[in-house]
Amino acid sequence: METRNREITPDLFQSLDERARDNEKITGPSIGFWRDSWQRLKKNKAAVVSLALIVILFALAFVVGPLLSPFSASDQDLARRYQGPSGGFWFGTDEFGRDMFVRVWQGMRVSLYIAFIAAGLDLFVGVTFGAVSGLLGGKVDGAMQRFVEILNGIPVLVVAILAMVILDPGILTISIAIGAAGWTPMARLIRGRVLQLKDQEFTLASRSLGAGNLRILTKHLLPNSLGLIIITLMLTIPSAIFTEAVLSFIGLGIQVPNASLGALIDSGAGDMRFYPYLLVFPAAVFCLLMLSFNLLADGLRDALDPKMRK
Amino acid sequence: MFITLYLIISATWVMSKALPGTPFADEKLTPSSRAVLFEKYGLDDPLYVQYVRYMLNVAQGDLGNSFYFESRPVTQIILEQAPISAFIGAQAIIFGLIPGLVLGVLAALRHNGVLDYMGTTVAVAGIAVPSFVLGPIMQYWLGFKWEVLPIAWDPFNPQWAQSVLPSMSLAVFVIAIVARYVRSEMLEVLGQDYVTLAKAKGLSWLAVVWKHVLRNSLIPLVTVLFPLIVGIITGSIVIEQIFAVPGIGDLFVRSIFVNDYATILGTTIFFSVIFILAYLLQDILYAIIDPRIRVAGGGE
Repeated sequence: METRNREITPDLFQSLDERARDNEKITGPSIGFWRDSWQRLKKNKAAVVSLALIVILFALAFVVGPLLSPFSASDQDLARRYQGPSGGFWFGTDEFGRDMFVRVWQGMRVSLYIAFIAAGLDLFVGVTFGAVSGLLGGKVDGAMQRFVEILNGIPVLVVAILAMVILDPGILTISIAIGAAGWTPMARLIRGRVLQLKDQEFTLASRSLGAGNLRILTKHLLPNSLGLIIITLMLTIPSAIFTEAVLSFIGLGIQVPNASLGALIDSGAGDMRFYPYLLVFPAAVFCLLMLSFNLLADGLRDALDPKMRK
Repeated sequence: MFITLYLIISATWVMSKALPGTPFADEKLTPSSRAVLFEKYGLDDPLYVQYVRYMLNVAQGDLGNSFYFESRPVTQIILEQAPISAFIGAQAIIFGLIPGLVLGVLAALRHNGVLDYMGTTVAVAGIAVPSFVLGPIMQYWLGFKWEVLPIAWDPFNPQWAQSVLPSMSLAVFVIAIVARYVRSEMLEVLGQDYVTLAKAKGLSWLAVVWKHVLRNSLIPLVTVLFPLIVGIITGSIVIEQIFAVPGIGDLFVRSIFVNDYATILGTTIFFSVIFILAYLLQDILYAIIDPRIRVAGGGE
């Protein structure tokens, strides 16, 4: 009875524990797509190790390798030919007395250079082709898909070899040949994604506000396919390195005195019976490169697109 | 499918005409004898005549005569060399399938265990170590150092043992792909309700794995058929160079170096036919195995 008339004063209240207020919250702090992906990538041990490996290999090839050795890749000295790995020549010397340590890193630079140009072409041609094909649809799409079908009907390596025969061998032309042969997967994936995105609400909203094809493509469709593009690109790089190595291995790739990893492996394989180190070092660098790019691509796929995980 | 093939043949024909140099670049040839050769092969006709003639011939299975390899019919050369490649490739698939299956199954059953990491490592290594690195290394150790197997192909005295090393070099890639695929497929099946039910019924662990998990995860193995065939064809081009195998890949590379249009065209067409047939076969197998796909495919 008495309580009913009791005055409510502040001292009747007790402040709640600050943490208890957030008890019901189950979400973490809101983080963006890239931070989220990065956190997922960091959990993948193989991907982190391969990322570190790629950084180390790049550092060796572009900075440390050329600085460490006093020789240049074309320094010939017949007096010191076929020397095994030693303190002076870490990877030994080849038939002309060229330092293999320098040549391997230079070869890796050439391989990477070709792979990146080819991947760039892939990116440009594949994304444009796929996006246009998917966005326009109808007859244009049909005709463009027939074209992709033709290219897909011939093995990539065969296309690259045929392209190599028409073009003069050189770093740029090899990249073009590999890029020309390998852009179809990118085009197919992008087309699929564009077909899927172009009827979604945000695209329709943008269209109803009067946006044209180009704006929709650059502002809506492509940013939403960025994860897919990055994953495909990361898978393109090792396969371009591989294709280039095969081309050089059968003698259609890079021409002497230039040498890519594939060319070094080719000449190393010839001398292997007597000088196995000529094969071992370029082959090891090549395998490490392939391994880390493949693992990183796998990790990125899981991180950027969890739905694609399998 | 035939339209695709027709377009491929046309495209390669145009491409082969764009190749630099002529097949008769020999400087010893006098202009008049060169003219005779050109006439013999019909190279002096207008391009559209050459094109129509070639297409009609191809439709009848005649890929023309080689300009280089003793002027023999290309179809004949291909039919002679392709079985060697096919044998090595098929053997590579057999060599690779079994270890790949075992590795994949073990890795899935011991998910995140030591065996899983080992299996994954092998699978990744199989993709990272290309056949043109592995080939010479095996050639050196198994062939030269330990003399277990013949180093290379002997065209005058072909024996089965000579095909082992090339097949083994190609098989590593097969192991990698199969192991990887079987592992992920098994992991998915292991999480299905019917596996839990089978366990709940009281079936032994072996019966569950054998009857329920393995069967259901192996059926979709046809998906890897296509990448395998691609890999074997690509591999054969390289492997046949290393081991001097007179196969189809070797024919292709050699015909390119001597500008032998007819053979380049013929082998490219041959590769494409195999490619497209593999596509087709894969689609058919899909439809047979998984009826749901037929429904989805009908709408396309």
